[in-house]
Amino acid sequence: MGELKLMKGNEALAEAAIRAGVDGYFGYPITPQSEVIEYLMAEKPYERTGMVVLQAESEVASINMLYGGGGTGKKVMTSSSSPGISLMQEGLSYLAGAEIPCVVANVVRGGPGLGDIQPAQSDYFQSVKGGGHGDYRLIVLAPASVQEMSDFVPLAFDLAFKYRTPALIISDGLIGQMMEKVELFDQIPRLTDEEVIKRHPWATNGKPVGGERRILTSLDLDPHRLESHNWHLQAKYKTIEENEVRFEMLHCEDAEYVIVAYGSSARIAQKSIQLAREKGIKVGLLRPITLWPFPKKPIDELTKSGIKGFLSVEMSAGQMIEDVKLVVEGRTKVEHFGRYGGVIHSPEQVLEALEQKIIGG
Amino acid sequence: MTEEIIIAGFGGQGVLSMGKILAYSGIMQDQEVSWLPSYGPEMRGGTANVTVIVSDERISSPTLTAFDTAIILNQQSMDKFEHSVKPGGVLLYDPNGIIHHPKRKDITIYEVKAAKLAAEMGNTKIFNMVVLGAYMKIKPIVKLENVIKGLKKSLPERYHKLIPLNEDAITMGMNNVTKI
Amino acid sequence: MSEITLQDIIKPENLVYKKTSLMTNKALSYCPGCGHGTTHRLIMEVIEELGKENETIGVAPVGCSVLAYEFMNVDMQEAAHGRAPALATAIKRLWPGKVVFTYQGDGDLAAIGTAETIHACNRGEKIVMVFINNGIYGMTGGQMAPTTLPGMKTATSPYGRDVATMGNPLKMTELVATLPGTYYVTRQSVQTPAAVRKAKKAIKKAFQNQLDDKPGVSFIEVVSNCNSGWKMEPVQSNIWMEENMFPFYQIGDIKVDGKLVDR
Repeated sequence: MGELKLMKGNEALAEAAIRAGVDGYFGYPITPQSEVIEYLMAEKPYERTGMVVLQAESEVASINMLYGGGGTGKKVMTSSSSPGISLMQEGLSYLAGAEIPCVVANVVRGGPGLGDIQPAQSDYFQSVKGGGHGDYRLIVLAPASVQEMSDFVPLAFDLAFKYRTPALIISDGLIGQMMEKVELFDQIPRLTDEEVIKRHPWATNGKPVGGERRILTSLDLDPHRLESHNWHLQAKYKTIEENEVRFEMLHCEDAEYVIVAYGSSARIAQKSIQLAREKGIKVGLLRPITLWPFPKKPIDELTKSGIKGFLSVEMSAGQMIEDVKLVVEGRTKVEHFGRYGGVIHSPEQVLEALEQKIIGG
Repeated sequence: MTEEIIIAGFGGQGVLSMGKILAYSGIMQDQEVSWLPSYGPEMRGGTANVTVIVSDERISSPTLTAFDTAIILNQQSMDKFEHSVKPGGVLLYDPNGIIHHPKRKDITIYEVKAAKLAAEMGNTKIFNMVVLGAYMKIKPIVKLENVIKGLKKSLPERYHKLIPLNEDAITMGMNNVTKI
Repeated sequence: MSEITLQDIIKPENLVYKKTSLMTNKALSYCPGCGHGTTHRLIMEVIEELGKENETIGVAPVGCSVLAYEFMNVDMQEAAHGRAPALATAIKRLWPGKVVFTYQGDGDLAAIGTAETIHACNRGEKIVMVFINNGIYGMTGGQMAPTTLPGMKTATSPYGRDVATMGNPLKMTELVATLPGTYYVTRQSVQTPAAVRKAKKAIKKAFQNQLDDKPGVSFIEVVSNCNSGWKMEPVQSNIWMEENMFPFYQIGDIKVDGKLVDR
């Protein structure tokens, strides 16, 4: 058993970055995730593992530091919250285009604009549909606990390097600020420079002696070549969709109704389900762990098995519901419930919505 | 066993750290815990509250509207959370600064004069530990030895010399809680 | 007497100039007469002479030199517009033993990337930054740059740059020289053989600083012509540059070994 600690989600993410053998963290403070860089600075990871931590001048610089550092084959990471993540979209598009692995964490807050600093899930579209310009996807992991804030860091890096693409960890102010028991995984050693060079022949870390120089770019002025590159990206995304879907199902065996919820909404919904079952309502939970690739198959199977309705519970005006509807294709009822702008729905409100919109509606 | 608690008062009263010690104590006795603060731009003097859940099972929602226990340390929090205690639940408060005392009949109400006791002990900073002691007397969910272990684990080494003082404060709270 | 053939001329003993192997054989995409190609060559020659072709990572900008990586035969990354110093910061921090440089134009370095430029310089990143200043946006068709001279006509200042409404030209090089994080700051040009020799010396000094782990950025501005953007013949554009750009953008060292030069 690993070391047990009581930690905030943000702190667990930061500690996990050190333990995952990350080479560089580049970030800019923003509430509600500033604990990430504060923790990293206090922990002196340079002394623990040789990890570089740098406070950049902006989120724009941070994401471009990931481009530079990630392009050399090193494990690089940043984190921010919604407005800062918006600033990173240009960089993420370049990273996806140039196929540079990296991990970005978004501790979402209420929007649009400067919004507030309370938890929200209104960055779903931005996360799963690409976010910046061009045809691309990010691998999106949604932790629902402090434990997962820790565990998903090495997982995100594994996926990012496996597919040479940026991976996004999307949580919110609730998961970020909450403390829970977390079992920390053992230190994964950082790769040596020699190992990085050997493992990532695509990376620009100095032209091999007697070999060809490497170029990392997202530019190709020839539309036919750029189309080919896009085909390559789309094929890669298809492979990810086939192999990397992650989800959790709770109480779905006998369920007549299913709540679809991720992250903190999934936690809240678990309480709603408990309250519902005390009243004799058979409701289950489908929790997407990867928001992209989206767990289409289990939703399709539940639909086929005769589920009477899905309630998409999200702290947004209804974003994930579109992906649920795309799978259900009108075969059964799909409704949305959620408070937003930083307001967190209560377990009772979720139950009430289920009763009114799905069962009674 | 699942105990859902709200601790609410002023920022600076040690509300968040009391919740943290409670949560750490839960970990020391192999339980699941969650600690969720209200957070915001108010650093000192504003209202602060924290939801703590200690359970033998996996914790579902870390955010709640109804609590088994409310620990209330100022008037604003009394106004906000008296009605959030589940029927049959517990409300523990320090009457210091309270104008409108709790009126509910369907819950059990306790008081501890923690601010006064801490002042008498010569250290107002241990106020929150007196309150914690009172809570531990009412609901012996966490054992004193696990609280001490939790303190050792959560406090930096340079503060470990203060642990006996904290223990005294907990005992003081345990011995001075009264049912209303 | 028999006729002299090409084979008679191409002999080792007749060799007066050899293209560095660190320039690819791809034909340069720059307009004939432009200073970019010469500056590319100087950087690559310096890296070759220092024996660092396998240790160097370059960062290309957005602008005319967006395709610099097509010509520079070392590992290269293509940055988003203005962000080259951020890329270079991370590369150098993660690979302190490698040689890292950025190559940027005036729009990239002095407009959209001002923040990245200033902060990389202020943090004292141990990198080389090469800044091509031709007072205009060449690639997009000759629009006003932050470095466009007062009164100078461009596509977006068709009646001349009116400083009252369009602002003054930005002397980025003088600006970064005031920051404690810059170690060597110089302004050069490449319009004559003598200027090219001086510019190469400056570039070599900049890279040598990095190899010697000197504290801070080595920053080289190359004042260049843009004959297409300025709508002039190459020779005429060089004369115009000497007469108009040089009085404003004074050639020479501004900061050497971390100390401002008395100019």
